Amino acid sequence: MATEVTIPAMGESISSGILSAWHVSDGDTVEKGQTIFELETDKITSEGTAEVAGVISIQVEADEEVEIGQVVAVIDESAVGAAPAAPAASEAPAAPSEAAAPAEAPATPAAKVDPVATLSPAARKAAEETGADVTAITGSGKDGRVMKSDILSAPAAKAPAPAAPKPAAPVATGERETRKKMSPLRRKIAERLVTATQEAAMLTTFNEVDMSAVMKLRKTHQEAFVDRHGIKLGFMSFFTKAVTHALQAVPEVNARIEGNEIVTHHFYDIGVAVGTPKGLMVPTIRDCDQKDFAQIEKDIIHYAKAARDGKIQMSDLEGGVFTISNGGIYGSMLSTPIINYPQPAILGLHNIQQRAVVVNGEVVARPMMYLALSYDHRLIDGKEAVTCLVKIKEAIEDPSRLLFGI
Amino acid sequence: MSQEQPFDLVVIGSGPGGYVAAIRSAQLGFKTALIEKDKTLGGTCLNVGCIPSKALLHSTEMYHFAAHGASEHGIDLSNLSISIDKLMAKKDRTVNQLCGGVAGLMKANKITVFNGLGMLEGDGKVRVSGGSEEALVVAKHIVIATGSASIELPFLPFDGETVVSSTEAIAFDKVPEKLVVVGAGAIGLELGSVWARLGAQVDVVEFLPVIAPTFDKDVSKMAERLFKKQSLKFHLGTKVTGIKKDAGKTYLTAENGKGEAIEMEADKVLVSVGRKPYTEGLGLSTVGIETDEKGRIPIDAHFKTSAPGVYAIGDVVPGPMLAHKAEEEGIACVERIAGQAGHVNYEVIPNVIYTEPEISSVGITEATAKERGIAVKTGKFNFAANGRAIASDKTDGFVKVIADKETDRLLGVQIIASGSSELIASAVSHMEYGGSAEDLGRTIHAHPTLSEAVKEAALAVDGNAIHSV
Repeated sequence: MATEVTIPAMGESISSGILSAWHVSDGDTVEKGQTIFELETDKITSEGTAEVAGVISIQVEADEEVEIGQVVAVIDESAVGAAPAAPAASEAPAAPSEAAAPAEAPATPAAKVDPVATLSPAARKAAEETGADVTAITGSGKDGRVMKSDILSAPAAKAPAPAAPKPAAPVATGERETRKKMSPLRRKIAERLVTATQEAAMLTTFNEVDMSAVMKLRKTHQEAFVDRHGIKLGFMSFFTKAVTHALQAVPEVNARIEGNEIVTHHFYDIGVAVGTPKGLMVPTIRDCDQKDFAQIEKDIIHYAKAARDGKIQMSDLEGGVFTISNGGIYGSMLSTPIINYPQPAILGLHNIQQRAVVVNGEVVARPMMYLALSYDHRLIDGKEAVTCLVKIKEAIEDPSRLLFGI
Repeated sequence: MSQEQPFDLVVIGSGPGGYVAAIRSAQLGFKTALIEKDKTLGGTCLNVGCIPSKALLHSTEMYHFAAHGASEHGIDLSNLSISIDKLMAKKDRTVNQLCGGVAGLMKANKITVFNGLGMLEGDGKVRVSGGSEEALVVAKHIVIATGSASIELPFLPFDGETVVSSTEAIAFDKVPEKLVVVGAGAIGLELGSVWARLGAQVDVVEFLPVIAPTFDKDVSKMAERLFKKQSLKFHLGTKVTGIKKDAGKTYLTAENGKGEAIEMEADKVLVSVGRKPYTEGLGLSTVGIETDEKGRIPIDAHFKTSAPGVYAIGDVVPGPMLAHKAEEEGIACVERIAGQAGHVNYEVIPNVIYTEPEISSVGITEATAKERGIAVKTGKFNFAANGRAIASDKTDGFVKVIADKETDRLLGVQIIASGSSELIASAVSHMEYGGSAEDLGRTIHAHPTLSEAVKEAALAVDGNAIHSV
């Protein structure tokens, strides 16, 4: 009995992806639930698992484009525990009746070559220099030979062995530039950023916010908050709530253009940009109007972790109405964020610095942050955009406004 | 007179190992120097070895064809003659061109060349003397690539006139009437062929019972049969005892396999019994390097000698004395110094005797496999069944493929055929990638070419050669 391994559906807008890596080799015995391949789509990287245990026969090469529902491998359950050569033999008599099966069983896989013994000179050198474990790499060469390209594209096993002491003089060793393919995610980010700048009439409005009140609240209630919720009270929940509050006050910003129509949202799903090793991802915190601070903090932590681990689901990234991007954690003082098209606006947070400000006629030092709101001017007029940003500023400077919706 | 020059790396010896190491060093960004005692760069290989002998082999092969093969093709070359002066001039032009080419490469790579004998003085210092300028070269890394010299037999000392090494035998001013060659390895067979083609009566004396002893017996036997047809005379299993002069004539004395004393009249005696590492005047003892029983410099897997910062490659270290082996060692050595993972695959070094036909091999022989207890299967294909060989009168010889009986992995290939030095390259590539005999047999080779015989021999390993009965 053979079970097909197909590419699972991942969300409304995803119809294909790249099967970026196989974690098993053709003819391997796989366990039920074992991760067997990695799938990269425009938006996320996900993993495919074996639904049954058995001997797998791989039908799609790594790095090939695959479609949702496509059969990429067949797992022969009858072969569990059998010698590797057995499945082909036992299956042979049944072949005529299975001829109509969509997944044509491949010819008996060639005996896998010894990855170490068949290493080419260039691959051998690359393997030693990168410390790659060639036995753990799925070779793309003939009969699964590990090629130089396989080693160079393998996830870095360990830092290259420290170079022997080099002469102090000109150490122009190595290439002056390196080249690698853009990942599907990077390509998509690039494409969407260009789309946003080309499609939207984008401009940015700035303001500054005194963080004293938020900092004081955090300090006062941090201990109790942690005791109660098991997580720390961060800045992001304040800003998420402040944005929700501002969107409620200026509903024109909570909308999008679709053809000749303006679609206004009556929900508050806020995207929070998260940096991951593979690139920027924006998971969406649902219904922020209905969530308390603790729940928002929990959601952010959950998504940030999932994004960094590459475990995020497509549905986690879809449907946001507005995005918050915090360049401040990297030290940015001021920037003009690009909207997450087709969303109409994005709030850019920056670093907090003690700055001299005038309060009640006196110069005092206050923890200040610059805010930037980039928006699609086609949809939003300056008045609404500025008002929205001012609402955010006011809510941060006086969080009690969030209580009363003012 | 002395002059301090701080370099990152200095190479002593400009043969194929040395100058290639210097270029690789410069490529990797090291400030590099090269020391050469001779006036021209290139070492033994370019000046008095591989290159001049190939020039002579090519010229004499054409002459041999003109004299013995042309008429069969309807080519009338009556009144044929050859000028040894012009032949040698042609050879010299080849050598000059290549030596000049190496000098150009040094310049292009901004490598400082010192002419003189390099002597180690310790602490990264090398004294250069006896050449065009005296200098003290200081470098962080020193690579010894001083190569090798012909082995002299104690009972048959070189006299530069009658008893000579290959250096003189590539430059005789006239064809010796009687040439005796001691040693039936690559150099003896190649130079024996050159002078035999030019009309010398050539006697080859070999201590072992076979010629070309590094090849399998079937290959050696085929070679012997073919060379005999070219009028070389072999005295196998024969031990040279000395030289005798009598009435103005020179005789080589020897003892044949039956223990009988024999002697051969000789105008010239070429002693080609092998080469020994050349480390004379290098000052190895100054830096505490002791050579082994064969005069070789011991090194570790990364070419390091026992002296810190001193490395050695090529003929002065263990392994086959081949230019291409030295080149790869030079590259790997310098890459290691630069922190890269340079490596030489000693299992896959091709070896060629450039006679007609050429005898080439890579990997191990069937005999070696047996010695090592490896179960093998072999495939053989004769050029007599190869279309291109028949069309171009190159039917002498065969390809022999040796593969692991269990895994089918290629273990060795031997080819005796015209141009086999080029044919062996595809086998080398296959072996370098760990290929099987079937891989070689399923790789498409152009038709009609001699290379198809390689494919056929690989197919023959499993009894699947197409043009074979």
